[in-house]
Amino acid sequence: MRFLAGGFDRLATTIIVVLCIVAVMVPVLHLMLPPSSPFHVQTYLVALIGKYLTYALLALALDLIWGYCGILSLGHGAFFALGGYAMGMYLMRQIGSRGVYGDPVLPDFMVFLNWKELPWFWYGLDQFWFAALMILAVPGLLAFVFGWFAFRSRVTGVYLSIISQALTYALMLAFFRNNMGFGGNNGLTDFKDVLGYDIQAAATRSALFAASALALALGVLLTTAIVRSKFGKLLVATRDAESRMRFLGYRPENMKLVAFTFSAMMAGVAGALYVPQVGIINPGEFAPANSIEVVVWTAVGGRGTILGPIVGALLVNGGKSWFTGALPEYWLFALGGLFVAVTLFLPRGIVGTAQHGWAALKARRTAARAAASSQARPADPTSPAAPATAGLAAAE
Amino acid sequence: MSRQNSILYLDGVSVSFDGFKAINNLSLVMQAGEMRAIIGPNGAGKTTMMDIITGKTRPDEGEVYFDGDIDLTRHDESEIAQLGIGRKFQKPTVFESHTVRDNIVMALAGPRSATAALFHRESAEENARIGSILDQIRLADRAGEFAANLSHGQKQWLEIGMLLAQEPKLLLVDEPVAGMTDAETEETARLLREIAGTRSVVVVEHDMHFVRQLGVKVTCLHEGSVLAEGSLDHVSADERVIEVYLGR
Repeated sequence: MRFLAGGFDRLATTIIVVLCIVAVMVPVLHLMLPPSSPFHVQTYLVALIGKYLTYALLALALDLIWGYCGILSLGHGAFFALGGYAMGMYLMRQIGSRGVYGDPVLPDFMVFLNWKELPWFWYGLDQFWFAALMILAVPGLLAFVFGWFAFRSRVTGVYLSIISQALTYALMLAFFRNNMGFGGNNGLTDFKDVLGYDIQAAATRSALFAASALALALGVLLTTAIVRSKFGKLLVATRDAESRMRFLGYRPENMKLVAFTFSAMMAGVAGALYVPQVGIINPGEFAPANSIEVVVWTAVGGRGTILGPIVGALLVNGGKSWFTGALPEYWLFALGGLFVAVTLFLPRGIVGTAQHGWAALKARRTAARAAASSQARPADPTSPAAPATAGLAAAE
Repeated sequence: MSRQNSILYLDGVSVSFDGFKAINNLSLVMQAGEMRAIIGPNGAGKTTMMDIITGKTRPDEGEVYFDGDIDLTRHDESEIAQLGIGRKFQKPTVFESHTVRDNIVMALAGPRSATAALFHRESAEENARIGSILDQIRLADRAGEFAANLSHGQKQWLEIGMLLAQEPKLLLVDEPVAGMTDAETEETARLLREIAGTRSVVVVEHDMHFVRQLGVKVTCLHEGSVLAEGSLDHVSADERVIEVYLGR
């Protein structure tokens, strides 16, 4: 498809190639080399990096709507968690009669609550294809309904951020309740199999890792294709001058709705890949602080760039893993300080600043080259003023 | 004048904000293909009139018709834009983080849905159309630059170019020469006269010198209604107009 071909610009292609290499190399180094080898990738590291990759996909989803469309969602963790719950429900149904209570259909927590039959919304989730559909449909539908009302009523800026925060908080409270049928505050855990393979096995873990890397690669491809299309230009235009868009005859609310729904589906996929790798999903994933952390990753890496959210998610979470090991009490201060520092000193984020600096350097080099070449031909009668102006440009 | 042959027909339009009558029983008729200059002191209701025509503000009473029989009070901003009314704002509003060319691309007439934009491919005709607009607004050599890097006057032209790309039947242009140099003002007058050859244009302007350059029928607004109408010489000879502008 020509639309997808638009996603292969130089940067995106590089990211995709790197991710594909990672998707192959990490499992190979994990499975093929003996644990004694210095190049062996340990089990915990496969799970850890796999988790980071799903975070990166979540950050990329947020970046599409925040960086490119100006919608600061402080509730994107909700879509991630919903995708995770859909996957978790599938994994619970896979346990079958191997649970503590040995019920062939009901998950343990339902037996414990003395429920006699499966609630209707658990039907079909024993089939992977149905679970996969729900992973996309549930976050997508919620985002569509939420966006429909919010964007149509022209709710923007900080008000939208607050409602999105309220959305994830309300979902957290709801999922904490035992009688909702999602395992209450314990959530869903003790998974055994995924697609018939032992979830603890090294090969399964490697496959989940590879799937996460490839999902991120696909996310990069689709996001780049969207951003580079005319639709992507309209998104940026909506971000910068929404009312002007209306006077051009566009409906900015529709543009936002499409981007928001797609972004929520991407977040759902990230959540679905996250759950089997960490082995649990509970209502804590809906916590507002989680959604705010995603915003911090994206801001640190550089919003409005494709690479930024990925770098931000990997760096901040790498830092978190190190920090919570070395100085556990101070992690939240460090995170808060990081956000303040980036906002004050690096408003474009790491990648944004680097790209901006690179572009400025290139412009200066071009100007310098133009100056050099025009000085080499001082007798050029057609442009007597050229050396002077080019010299000025180079001096700037 | 009858509504049927008109491009724009306002009859008995009033709107008030918190008790202040911004527009008071305003009536104005424009023929298709006409160019009209609207003058008047600050607070005369010029911008509010534009807001009513483009659907940003709904009138409390009165009729607003476009192209004979389209009731504009029943449509919102994007529908009115798609019906064929383009608007240029007082402060140039172009999309600064896009290139000059992309600004025109987005304004170009065509389907306005999200899916159409997602799978849009630029055709040869579109490319040619973009090129001719860029030539017309004298920005062809700056096509690849970000709109943010343009001078004030060039931004105004780019916005006029975006209006042209929309291919509207009626253009509303709010103070197009505010903050322009004399040379730029002259260039803008030329551009607007060129456009007026094929479309109806309403120009709101303070600058009398510029209105004279346009050489079209003038309507003077004051306190939300029409004070005088006719040629510039006729209007500027009107005693009430002189009083509004100079006296008090």
